[in-house]
Amino acid sequence: MKAYDIVIIGGGPAGLAAAVAARKSGVDSILILERDKELGGILNQCIHNGFGLHTFKEELTGPEYAARFIDQVKELQIEYKLHTMVMDISHDKVVTAMNREEGMFTIQAKAVILAMGCRERSRGALNIPGYRPAGIYSAGTAQRLVNREGFMPGREVVILGSGDIGLIMARRMTFEGAKVKVVAELMPYSGGLKRNIVQCLDDYDIPLKLSHTVVEIRGKERLTGITIAEVDSKGKPIPGTEEDYDCDTLLLSVGLIPENELSRGAGVEMSPITSGPVVNESLETNIEGVFACGNVLHVHDLVDFVSEEAGAAGKNAALYVQGLRTEAAGKEIRLNPIEGVRYTVPSTIRPDQMDDKLTVRFRVGGVYKNCYISVYFDDERVLHRKRPVVAPGEMEEIKLEKAKLLSYPDLKTITVKIEEA
Amino acid sequence: MEKRELICIGCPLGCPVTVTMDAGEVVKVEGNTCKRGDDYARKEVTNPTRIVTSTVMVEGGRDVTVSVKTRSDIPKGKIFECVKSLKGVTVQAPVRIGDVIVENSAGTGVDIIATSNVEAK
Repeated sequence: MKAYDIVIIGGGPAGLAAAVAARKSGVDSILILERDKELGGILNQCIHNGFGLHTFKEELTGPEYAARFIDQVKELQIEYKLHTMVMDISHDKVVTAMNREEGMFTIQAKAVILAMGCRERSRGALNIPGYRPAGIYSAGTAQRLVNREGFMPGREVVILGSGDIGLIMARRMTFEGAKVKVVAELMPYSGGLKRNIVQCLDDYDIPLKLSHTVVEIRGKERLTGITIAEVDSKGKPIPGTEEDYDCDTLLLSVGLIPENELSRGAGVEMSPITSGPVVNESLETNIEGVFACGNVLHVHDLVDFVSEEAGAAGKNAALYVQGLRTEAAGKEIRLNPIEGVRYTVPSTIRPDQMDDKLTVRFRVGGVYKNCYISVYFDDERVLHRKRPVVAPGEMEEIKLEKAKLLSYPDLKTITVKIEEA
Repeated sequence: MEKRELICIGCPLGCPVTVTMDAGEVVKVEGNTCKRGDDYARKEVTNPTRIVTSTVMVEGGRDVTVSVKTRSDIPKGKIFECVKSLKGVTVQAPVRIGDVIVENSAGTGVDIIATSNVEAK
């Protein structure tokens, strides 16, 4: 059996940044396993701009952002295998993978970094009634067809869901000559970034109908039209509000789900909220030496933050395989997300293992205006930051300082919540 | 005095920005959290611009398309003309990031450049 110090599952933005950070932390034996024909992951089809302001201080498109990391991986001579599908990861970190040249093979890893990303929620998860004609695509599939394969999925388009990929595709399809008639969103707020509403819908006068959903799909062979209706506060369609649209294409942009079959198979403890692994301050799962980062851990809005998080996972994996981690004293502080805060990543912190500064990322469960993000060390409020608006579509973060945590020797729980003014 | 509420598109943070105007002149920009926001707001109320991204077809490459963008932002009113200038454009592999695909797109003075690498087959 082959052996590597660190095996990274996935060669997208998370896997690339983790690999670069691990190499720069002094680990020579690193292998990236990627199932696609190239490195870069989903960035390769995200041809729009807006990537990299945080990481590179300039505005790049997705392929340009990916290329910066791919170049680093090549310069640092980090090994990678393309067209390689990982079948299984065992509890003791034996990775089983398969490709056309080598068939099935196993690798013993000292550390594994999970960087498999996420996939789109599909029509099956939505229970839309009606026929199943051609012309219904996930927004990401349409993005791949248009941007990578050079095909247009259709000419008259309705989009269900206001996730970022759907918004981006509304503009993209418009550029290619399609008529995007409406974007319907079930929730009373958009699931995507505000900037994408402005530059992808408002710029092209594409209406966004909040609290609306698709209630009928027409067409037997090919989609011919859909009906949308307004929904009440419980998400039930309101009779009498139906509107018909003729269209040949329906794009679904209704959420992303971390792709964790391999993690589950390995026995990694999962969070029911994020659908990703539960991790500590080192982004390490319940299995020692198995780390997670990027969209497989929790779905991000910004690739820049994926790179940052993955860099931390890569560095921590390096410290682990080099035996440079300080012996854990056993004390673990629990993070407690309540009152509007749905989850935090990480879930637990061992102060003696954390960096001087630790970024805690989270999402809120609703739209809150003029509110405060508050952090309590047990019963004492230590942070009270005013925010004009927070929304589920935009990830939030707080920073915790090691020195401060250490000055609370009896600290058991850090509570993060939204307090309304 | 006229007030305009904008969402900055300078980066994915999407800061809410308020621009105060007087007789077509920007008097004050508030709500931005960086200089980009100030620049964006001033431009948006006087001469709004966008970077345009698209793809063109490639011959003889490992991929059939190559992604492209305007090297810098162009006036909003020129977007569709710019997109049209890419219709029917086919380039030969190899293509490297930064290669000029269309010069002076839609008379904006801005070139359209490749944003991905496509190796020859």
